[in-house]
Amino acid sequence: MSVSHSISDARRSIPSWDELVRVLTLEEYNTRVVVLGVMALGTAAGLVGTFLLLRKRALTADALSHATLPGIAIAFMVMVSFGGDGKTLVGLLLGAFVFGCVGVLAILGIRHTTRLKDDAAIGIVLSVLFGLGLCLLRIATELPNGSAAGLSGFIFGKAASMVASDAMTMGMVALGTAIVTAVLRKEWTLLCFDEKFGEVQGWPVLWLDVVLMVLVATVTVIALQSVGLVLAVAMLIIPAASARYWTTKITSMLIASALIGCMSGWLGAVGSALIPRMPTGPVIVLICGFWFVFSFIVGPNEGLLIRQVSRVRLNRRIALQHILRSMWEVCEDNNKSEFALESIVHVRSWNKRTVLKLLRYCAKKNYVTSLPTNAWRLTEKGKAEASRVVRNHRLWEVYLITYADIAPTHVDRDADMIEHVLGRDLVQKLEALLDSKTIPLSPHPIGASE
Amino acid sequence: MKIEAGHSPTSPVSIHDLTVAYHRKPVLWDVDLDIPEGKLIAIVGPNGAGKSTLIKAVMDLVPKASGKVMIYGKSFKKQRKLVAYVPQRESVDWDFPIDALGVVVMGRYNKIGWCKSVRKRDTQAAMEALDRVGMTDYAHRQISQLSGGQQQRVFLARALAQDSTIYFMDEPFASVDAATEKAIVKVLRDLRSSGKTVVVVHHDLQTVREYFDHVILLNMRVVAHGPVDEVFTDANLKKTYGGRLTLLSEAADRLARH
Amino acid sequence: MMWSEIDTWIIVIGALCAAGCAIPGTILVLRRMSLMGDAISHTVLPGIAIAFLVTGSRDPMAMLIGAVVVGLLTAFLVQAIQSLGKVEVGASMGIVFTVLFAFGLVLMRQAVDHVDIDPDCVLYGSIELAWFDQDPDGLGIPRGAIVNGVMLLANLIVMLLFYKEFKITSFDPALAKSQGIHPSFMHYLLMTMTAATAVAAFETVGSILVVAMFIVPPATAYLLTNRYGMMFILAIGLSILAAALGHVSAITVPTWFGFSGTSTAGAMAVATGFLFICAWVASPSQGVLAKLWHRASMRLRVIREDILGVLWRLEERGQQQLDALQLSEAIGATRWMVLVALRGLQKKDSIAREDAHWSLTERGRIRATKLVRAHRLWEIYLDKHFPQDSHQLHQSAERLEHVTTPSMYSSLGDAKEDPHGSRVPGDE
Repeated sequence: MSVSHSISDARRSIPSWDELVRVLTLEEYNTRVVVLGVMALGTAAGLVGTFLLLRKRALTADALSHATLPGIAIAFMVMVSFGGDGKTLVGLLLGAFVFGCVGVLAILGIRHTTRLKDDAAIGIVLSVLFGLGLCLLRIATELPNGSAAGLSGFIFGKAASMVASDAMTMGMVALGTAIVTAVLRKEWTLLCFDEKFGEVQGWPVLWLDVVLMVLVATVTVIALQSVGLVLAVAMLIIPAASARYWTTKITSMLIASALIGCMSGWLGAVGSALIPRMPTGPVIVLICGFWFVFSFIVGPNEGLLIRQVSRVRLNRRIALQHILRSMWEVCEDNNKSEFALESIVHVRSWNKRTVLKLLRYCAKKNYVTSLPTNAWRLTEKGKAEASRVVRNHRLWEVYLITYADIAPTHVDRDADMIEHVLGRDLVQKLEALLDSKTIPLSPHPIGASE
Repeated sequence: MKIEAGHSPTSPVSIHDLTVAYHRKPVLWDVDLDIPEGKLIAIVGPNGAGKSTLIKAVMDLVPKASGKVMIYGKSFKKQRKLVAYVPQRESVDWDFPIDALGVVVMGRYNKIGWCKSVRKRDTQAAMEALDRVGMTDYAHRQISQLSGGQQQRVFLARALAQDSTIYFMDEPFASVDAATEKAIVKVLRDLRSSGKTVVVVHHDLQTVREYFDHVILLNMRVVAHGPVDEVFTDANLKKTYGGRLTLLSEAADRLARH
Repeated sequence: MMWSEIDTWIIVIGALCAAGCAIPGTILVLRRMSLMGDAISHTVLPGIAIAFLVTGSRDPMAMLIGAVVVGLLTAFLVQAIQSLGKVEVGASMGIVFTVLFAFGLVLMRQAVDHVDIDPDCVLYGSIELAWFDQDPDGLGIPRGAIVNGVMLLANLIVMLLFYKEFKITSFDPALAKSQGIHPSFMHYLLMTMTAATAVAAFETVGSILVVAMFIVPPATAYLLTNRYGMMFILAIGLSILAAALGHVSAITVPTWFGFSGTSTAGAMAVATGFLFICAWVASPSQGVLAKLWHRASMRLRVIREDILGVLWRLEERGQQQLDALQLSEAIGATRWMVLVALRGLQKKDSIAREDAHWSLTERGRIRATKLVRAHRLWEIYLDKHFPQDSHQLHQSAERLEHVTTPSMYSSLGDAKEDPHGSRVPGDE
């Protein structure tokens, strides 16, 4: 028995150009149905998933999707016993929906009446109801009328079995989801960000929560047919989690998440139609996963790359300011305008190589020039920059001593950290506050705290 | 001083025999008091004394074991619009994808009503509120990029945007910088001079005299309450913070098992 | 029902498998990491799929290594995404295990020509067929029993070796670190155990039902005991019970409705759930029933003590004794509860009845004196520390008198008169 049937079970070879064009332009009826269906699903899941993720309920949704299995089996059995063939999609999904909700209620019940925490409650409901579903599914195959063989398709998804009316259902659900999300955007934002505040303002937070979870259940249920219940949760959370790396605004996060979900659906369905033996559901999830990794690394909001770059930049700026200050202070001490490398090494607890590297960097920026006598000299530009840094630093020191009751020996270290975030306007404020335009003398012996 | 049994119907907040229990363990016992109008009121007491619980119970955020609370003589549900709340800063996820202005606009949500989007005048009101706490420059910053004190000021601005009559603030001075502390104090005084009532859960005994008019000393029960000059005495503080009250918490533990 | 040797072996294999899972499962539940078990058991699939593709065979060692490596990768990725990507832990798990599981499914579809693997087995396990899978020199012991038995033994050994280390890292990671036990070492040790157990068990019960074996028996044990060591023993016992119960009900319950039987692995998961519900309802310390019973008996005790108090005060004032109806009005309890309380007091020979009226006996009077003394001492105490009007003092003392222990008595001190001017009865 196979995991699932992709659209292109019969094909084995690498797709030709014609095939590619045909699939991409949705010329084939079968492909069109599946592609449009999963695109609608991806959009709906991306929208609802955003709030699900912000509400920190990702794994509750996982339990919900596993809990639908007994619902499907029971719905099948009920329909067969009433004389149907038991495969009416609406009936099966209704059963799935009811049991999904039962699962969520069971989690809440366990959490509120025992000392078990969320994680155990989710795990219990997920595994026990899934086990129950497997038992019932086995029993269902023995029913005299109707064949239960296709029911296990809901576990891993079976996109190939989708017909036009299923895609229509998915489209309607996606549309409904988009409308509800747009209408309740403000209320759900409040619910997810600060529930207690919403309660004080008089919003029915419980009902907002219920509507959100019902919508999650609906989207999960329509995901069963194409992605399967094991992977349904991926459609909900991965697009939303990826979207967070691109924006800091809820509206744009919703749009980004819906787009990523939609794109993943499209690429996944097309991919599985083109490449032989690629089950649609898992391929869609893999593409979602790819989006996540991509966003995680290059996303402009807290993405790995951008954080690394800005950290390196900040470190370099701090080091530059440190060395400028050291040079300035050494010159101030000796009353000379040139200094030896060793004197910097002496002031800062850095090794020679680091100092040399930094000095070269300063030279590149035209702050210092190296003299033939193995000494260095601050240029005019370097002097200006160094005196600005030192002024900042000492202003801070004085400010801290005057206003914050910090012992003078501790100030240097604090100022080292703060001056790098000190903006121009703040310096001006400090100057006004301290009534001092000149560079104040260091209030402690230089180098004392290093 | 003894507290009178009779309650004034014109008091902004009058609390009648309020008892609150978590898992059957009482954290507030028979609290009974009227909060005076147009004053800055501090709730002071040791950790676990039920300070936050008291204001949460007033706003129906925690269930009451017994007793009732009246806001200007009516139940909280009917008077919701008169109340603004500044929760503890730790109570929310500051990585949430929203900017400072977005948080402050939340204070206007109940004025905007169901399903409608934010209007221009709400954004304006929110900007004014941000201005009052000196945060105009940060309106479009994502909230995780604000310092702790700035986050606290955003919360305060959100309450100001509600334009209410009674303000409840849960530890607004907790670990904030000097600039924020000054900004909050200024806002508190502004609120008082425009006749609002402000109830603040406060943890810093040093500043009570300077900042507040009225004080409620709390340690599971009300030890004393009244004008700062009369009530904020060494003797009362000793009673509030003294170890003599272990007996009561021991009894509370036993009641929890009851 | 026809019982055969096969059924016995099914139960033995199921029990060995479930007991093996219960050991890491207990630690997972205690550390509130149950869902890590869920995530790792899902990612067994890509692990074995990779092993299949690489070796082209069903070599158990290759499968074990593949699954453990991917399991550890799962644990690592979950943590990395959580800390580097600022994603909440639940979502981070959801992302990692779904993507890896999807990857496993795709690999299996691709490999279906090369190796003989049955994706259904991943889901349901094949415990029903386990008996037929015997090594020629296996002395008639099925391979499944050997694999799960070895895993159980290995888990037992690791658990006993690191017994207190697991205890301390679960309870207080900072303290553990200060004593030289590395929490992250323990974390990955646990993850290795979990992954290895999951791969050993997946052939028996399938990769999703392993989750039931990991989480449900330990969670049930958690409701039954407060002791760390006892939790392991109970979890193992419960999982063995669930395995037996599961198989028996799999082959019996459906026959009641005219079906031939159902999935044993599924039924074992349901059995763990059934045992959990039993503990949830009827656990002697944590159960819903126990809590209700405790509450009701406490309420009755309060009413009994209130009756004694009322009767004592009537005697003090020399007033007429009351009947049951009047008592229920005086106390503010339902008449039915008061009648039960009166019966209890009468049995203990604390009160006696004349006509319809109740009065204190000598024994009852001693108890009542103590209660009234506690009440009035509490009023004095509260009045001293929390000045309030007398009505409120009385109300608070009314509740406090019921929870006064002998040690509290001594700290309450001594006095002759309460704030209302009533006499404080002596402590004789």
